[in-house]
Order: sequence, then structure tokens, then C-alpha cells
Amino acid sequence: MRYLKILEYALASLLRRPGKTCAILVVYTLMIVVLASVLFLTQALKTEATAMLAGGPQLVVQKTMAGRHELIPVAEVERLVDIPGVKEVKPRVWGYYYDALTGTNYTLQGFDTSASELSLLDGRLPREEGECAIGAGVAGSRLIHLQDDLILIDYDNIGRIFTVTGVFVSKADVLTQDLVVMPEGPLRQFFGMPESLATDLAVEVYNPNEVDTIANKIKRALPDSRPITQSELLRTYHAVFDWRGGMMLALFSSALMAFCILAWDKATGLSAGERREIGILKAVGWDTGDVLLLKLWEGLALSLLAFLSGCLIAFLLVFWWGAPLLGGILRGWSVLFPALRPTPFIDFYQLGTLAFLTIVPYVASTVIPAWRAAVTDPDEVMRAS
Amino acid sequence: MIRSRTYLCLIILLLAALAGLTGWAQKTSAAFLADGLPARRQLVSVLSLTDLALWTEARYTRHPSMADLFSPFQDHPAAFDHFPAGSLMTPVGPRPTTTLHIRRLAQP
Repeated sequence: MRYLKILEYALASLLRRPGKTCAILVVYTLMIVVLASVLFLTQALKTEATAMLAGGPQLVVQKTMAGRHELIPVAEVERLVDIPGVKEVKPRVWGYYYDALTGTNYTLQGFDTSASELSLLDGRLPREEGECAIGAGVAGSRLIHLQDDLILIDYDNIGRIFTVTGVFVSKADVLTQDLVVMPEGPLRQFFGMPESLATDLAVEVYNPNEVDTIANKIKRALPDSRPITQSELLRTYHAVFDWRGGMMLALFSSALMAFCILAWDKATGLSAGERREIGILKAVGWDTGDVLLLKLWEGLALSLLAFLSGCLIAFLLVFWWGAPLLGGILRGWSVLFPALRPTPFIDFYQLGTLAFLTIVPYVASTVIPAWRAAVTDPDEVMRAS
Repeated sequence: MIRSRTYLCLIILLLAALAGLTGWAQKTSAAFLADGLPARRQLVSVLSLTDLALWTEARYTRHPSMADLFSPFQDHPAAFDHFPAGSLMTPVGPRPTTTLHIRRLAQP
């Protein structure tokens, strides 16, 4: 009951300064919204990317020449298959295509036609020359649908017509938005890539624990190659979506700094009115502990309200409305950026860290100056103010 | 006591809403892992994909994991990148699992 009464007094005290309280609450909530949104979005994208891309090749071998990626001879497959522990080596054929008509870049990906059908494809995979499957972004930019024709200009500047046999469903946008998929043979013809060369080689190994050892053996067998393991690939995405790094933090660090200045301003001194209030409370019989409890409740009441409503707004913004504000920053100059529909993976550890880093400094900045005023003589406090 | 009771009710309401949404998030992510993920992994496996189709403006933003090691920061490691997406990527330095120190034998 005593705590409830102190909370009642703390709320009354906050409501006596409605303008100041409202301003702090709005800034505090906005800062939590921004930080929690970045946290929710990056955590969701990172977890989703890691889970999905774990299905990709265990090892990709690129050839490098003069420090740059080069096409790799398909004959190297024989050398790699002989390395103990290697299960299978498949040449990959893929490349880029700039569509001057729509000003967009497509990724053209070849695949093995013996592959089974895909559940995320509306229609079927292309089987022969003159057929392709496309991502929703390509279909949208070219305004084409299933069984329509897609005209692309090949390496020899000749227009080639492909019938769209499949369009990837929107659930797969984050993987297929800009993809144009066709069998390897026709893609080689389109790029003018000889049969003896491939973009890179995908290596599967029997024991996933041996990937690093096999990568070392490949590097020794082909000194001009660059083996990229799946763990390196996933680490790249961890670095990309690492919420601590990059532009998002640079943008939001200014908001964080503004809040720190606000907290610092509060911590360095109380207003004359607040000091007088503490003096009067002590004069009418409140002890130092009660005054500190009052100030703790004041800070906690504001912090809890700001933190909970900030997290709630951030959650709805990211997972309900598809991160309309952050999506714009993430999008950059990408023309075919897919609509963000992140799966809500929430990391409670990060949320706890956010709570600790925002609530504790604010409450401390409320209590510490009050403690300084509360330990001095009430008469002195009232006379000084 | 009306203010404190109203405030506590509001906090409980916000906590309940957040707990409800968190429960929904747990359910949705579990459903994604059980139903949605196998189909996406099949797609990644069949097409042998290595990267997300998020940033299509440059080779090194479309396939960050496949790009030349120096591509994302072509001008200078600390220079501003040409593309906004490039600014989202932090340069990943070498992280060797083992290191070898080789020294010349001292002349007798």
C-alpha cells in the first residue's frame, strides 16, 4: 500500500509538469521505437537468411586471376572429385543481365534439368531451350505473367525470346526477386560461355566437419582458386545484418546521443522547483529513503511506459506493416527490392540488453541528483532554491 | 489512488499486448521453421543459390558472399561506398582459425 501511495504521488508529480513529461515521454518512446525496430528487423533477417542459405552449396570454388573472379575450367571438376571426402562437384553457370528497358539488373541462373519441381514455383521449371522461370520482381518490372514471352538481348546483341513456364511465388521473393532461371545449356549460349568453362564450382562433401580441411586441400590443388565455405557465406550475412554496424546505427546514433544529452542534463542538476519540493517533503517528515523511492518511481513510471509502448510500436511496424521506415533505408538503390515480410524471430537477450541500456541510465539520472538534494539539510535546500 | 491504479492497469495492458504478440511471434517462427523453411531450402538447393536477392544494384551487393574480397570497398576501406547498400555492410576482416609465425634461424 505504501508503494502504491508513493506511486500515486510520483504520478501526480509528473502530471504537475505535463509539458515536460510529455516531451520526455515522446522522445524516449521514439528512441525505443527506432532501436527496437532495428533490432527486430535485423535479427529476423539474419535468422531467416542463415536458416535458408544453409540449404545451399557447402563449398563454392572460384578461380581468381589478377585478384579478380574468373571463369573456372570445367576440367578442374576431375581434380576436385579425386580429393578424399569430396562427394560431388557441380559446375555452376550464372551471371548478370542489365535490362536497359526497365533499368534493372537481373541474375540469370542456370540449373540442372534433372532437378525435381519446386513447391515455391507457380507453373513448372523450364526444361528446354527457349523456356525460363522468373522471379516476381522480373515479372512485375516487365509486366509479364505465366506463359508470356520474355525477350532478352544476348551477348551477340540478338534478341532471344523465352517462354515463361514458371513464376516464383511471393513467399520466395527474398531469394528469387531478380532471378531468371533456365537450363545450363541455353544459358551458356545466351552468355556465349564455352562448354569448357563455368562461373564457379559447387562442392558437396561427405562430412560437413571436414569442409575447412577440404577447402585447404582445394587451395593447395588449385593455388589460383578461392574456396568459399558455407560458414564464411553465413558469416557474411551476419556481418551485413549486424545491427551494431553500418549506416543504420550511424543514423540512429544521433537519436541516441540526443537522449544521452537529455539524461545527462537531468543527471547534472534538479530545477529550483524540484529541489524545493524535496526540501518540503523532508521538512514534513519524509526520510531520504522515501524521497529516493519517489524519484525511482518517477523515473520507472516514465521508463516502463516508454519502453513497453516503444517495443509494441516497433513490433507492429516491423512485423505487421513490413518495416515501412527501415525498409526504405535497407532498400538503398535497389530497383527490384522485395517487399519485406520478415518472420518474427525475437531475441530476448537483445531485448533485455536494450531494456538495460535505456531504462537503467534514465532511472539513474533521475535518482542520483535527487539523492544529492535529499541528503542535504531541508532548510538549506529550501533557502538555496 | 485512481492515478496509480490507472497507470498499473495501463502497464498490465501493454505487457499483455506485448506478451500476446511475442506468443504470436513464437508460433509464427515455429510454423516457418516447420513448414516454410523446407520449401525454401529445396529452392536454394535445386538452384544452388548462395545469396539473398535484396540489393540488385551491383555485383557485390547482389552476391556479397561471392564478391571479390576488396569489391565492397573498392576505393578505400574507410571510404563511403557508391551504393547505399554498401554502407550497410561492415568490412569483414580476416579471421584465421590458426596462425603460423615463421622466423629465420639466427646466424651462428
